[in-house]
Amino acid sequence: MSTLLEVSGVSVSFDGFKAINNLSFQIGNAEMRAIIGPNGAGKTTFMDIVTGKTRPNEGRVIWGEKSVSLLKMSEAQIARAGVGRKFQRPTVFEDQSVFDNLLMALKKQRGPLSVLLYRKSEEDTAKVQELAAEIGLVDQLPRKSGELSHGQKQWLEIGMLLAQDPRLLLVDEPAAGMTPEEREHTTSILVEAAKTRAVVVVEHDMEFVRRLNCKVTVLHEGSVLAEGSLDHVTSNQDVIDVYLGR
Amino acid sequence: MRKSLFARNPSVLIFLTCLALFTLGVTVLSEAFGTDMISTSFVKTLGKTLCLCLIALAMDLVWGYTGILSLGHFAFFGLGGYMIGMWLMYERTRDIIVTSMANNPIPPTDSEVVAAIGNQIFGVVGSSDFPLIWGFSHSLTLQLILVVAVPGLLALIFGWLAFRSRVTGVYLSILTQAMTLALALYLFQNDSGLRGNNGLSGLQNLPGLDDVPQSVVSIWFLWASALALGLGYIFAAWVVSGKFGSVLRGIRDDEARVRFLGYSVEGYKLFIFTVTAIISAIAGALYYPQAGIINPAEIAPIASIYLAVWVAIGGRGRLYGAVIGAAFVSLVSTWFTGGQVPSIPLGFYTIDWVDWWQVVLGLSFVLVTLFAPKGIGGLFDLISGRTSPNRHGQDLGPGAGSLQEQEAES
Repeated sequence: MSTLLEVSGVSVSFDGFKAINNLSFQIGNAEMRAIIGPNGAGKTTFMDIVTGKTRPNEGRVIWGEKSVSLLKMSEAQIARAGVGRKFQRPTVFEDQSVFDNLLMALKKQRGPLSVLLYRKSEEDTAKVQELAAEIGLVDQLPRKSGELSHGQKQWLEIGMLLAQDPRLLLVDEPAAGMTPEEREHTTSILVEAAKTRAVVVVEHDMEFVRRLNCKVTVLHEGSVLAEGSLDHVTSNQDVIDVYLGR
Repeated sequence: MRKSLFARNPSVLIFLTCLALFTLGVTVLSEAFGTDMISTSFVKTLGKTLCLCLIALAMDLVWGYTGILSLGHFAFFGLGGYMIGMWLMYERTRDIIVTSMANNPIPPTDSEVVAAIGNQIFGVVGSSDFPLIWGFSHSLTLQLILVVAVPGLLALIFGWLAFRSRVTGVYLSILTQAMTLALALYLFQNDSGLRGNNGLSGLQNLPGLDDVPQSVVSIWFLWASALALGLGYIFAAWVVSGKFGSVLRGIRDDEARVRFLGYSVEGYKLFIFTVTAIISAIAGALYYPQAGIINPAEIAPIASIYLAVWVAIGGRGRLYGAVIGAAFVSLVSTWFTGGQVPSIPLGFYTIDWVDWWQVVLGLSFVLVTLFAPKGIGGLFDLISGRTSPNRHGQDLGPGAGSLQEQEAES
């Protein structure tokens, strides 16, 4: 299996505090990975580094077949290269309709001029409809997304992520604020997505991680503590110490 | 079938109809038409108001839709005015010089004519040579290009520097204001080449058209301003109606999120900043021939702040709101400051509206911001019943969240 993203020896510190300490991580083209770890383990900072929001002090982040470095690219360029991100809190454009939100995320030319001259095609409308069906928001398409419930906003954001058609999905706590049935649905969408692309899920909820049934990376104090199947890492003495206290 | 721009935005057609009716009405009632119900000076005031509506439209694009509170758009407006003013002043002075020199025993050479024009225009700042920036002032075409090019280029360079370093929010506002102030202070200098604080004057006289009365000229400019406003409105509606508008509003609401969708936020900001600067410049180029005079005080930061106040009172984030705000506030302002409103004697103090108007305007700005953030344009929502549910800022939780607030409470 070829590697899609390789993070090696990355460190970043904020005012002397080492948020990420010599972290190495890699993920293949069609792979699901869960990242767990206590608060402050550096999970979100890790995502910030991959998406270009935070620049590491040292280390390398290598992407794709051509092995390009993501460190020199802007957030927008990284997103266009195929990294999609879902935030912990649902961030959708509340003032705009669900349809417009999805249309904006749809994989298309992103330059100002081509967007200005963009004309909505039948095909794009159909694509949006299809995505809306997948996330169960067909009836809500004309509504402003600010009127949606918390759970529906989570859905919408997952839909926008899928619309981008990224090669790597970074998903931060996708199931927060969802009912058990909704969690079930989220799991199936993520598992489905991982068949064709790489998916990294950051999650606190062990039950949710168990259902994803994938390799798990445990972060602690900015570096990898353990890696392997969920049963493997939960029987690891270091992990038990970190999670349950010494 | 894809719906046309007008079908998707019925307000565009309504607006254009109102604008056409207004222009027709003013024309019919004007002195030029013979009815003489509206004085020429008031026709000019109305024409100028249309130009102010156009720049308010630009401000709404950049602030109301994209969230960049620019306090510098009147600088572009003024620059547009200066660019057209240079040609108007040069040509008109040339006409006068040529006429007066025609009686000379020896016909004047071209260089003598130019020297005389220079003496006439720059005598007031103690100079007689043409500065370099007047190099194109003999040609209407070139100066018209400069109307668009100079403010456009300034906006492009300024915007590129500011947006590239990700200056946002109030810091960007301060930066734009500093740019405006710097430009005004520079123009105030006598050796800036644009006649210092005297500015350019006599712009109401169109060269070569001395026998056309001002009453007719004022109607021409009213039409030109109305046309520009109409085209500007269609353009703005087109820009904000499609996906581009979605991205702009996305940038206003959550810039970082737009970036993670793969859009280069800086490019979009630069685009809209430059385009609106050009629209402002065109508005200015139509405004100052009607005002007759332009000086650096017009560019002072306070003018751009007023612009923000108009748009806020009219209702930002909707095009007709900006137009209504600019028209309403600037006309009321003209009325109050024109000394036509009777003072109110309180016995111990007399409220003189020329002085107190500013206080009323400031107060209404505060009140609108606090109690009617949608501005005057928000009234149209009340009519069409398009109000959002009042959730007191709370999301409904999972499960029940798929219900509307009313349903959830019952």
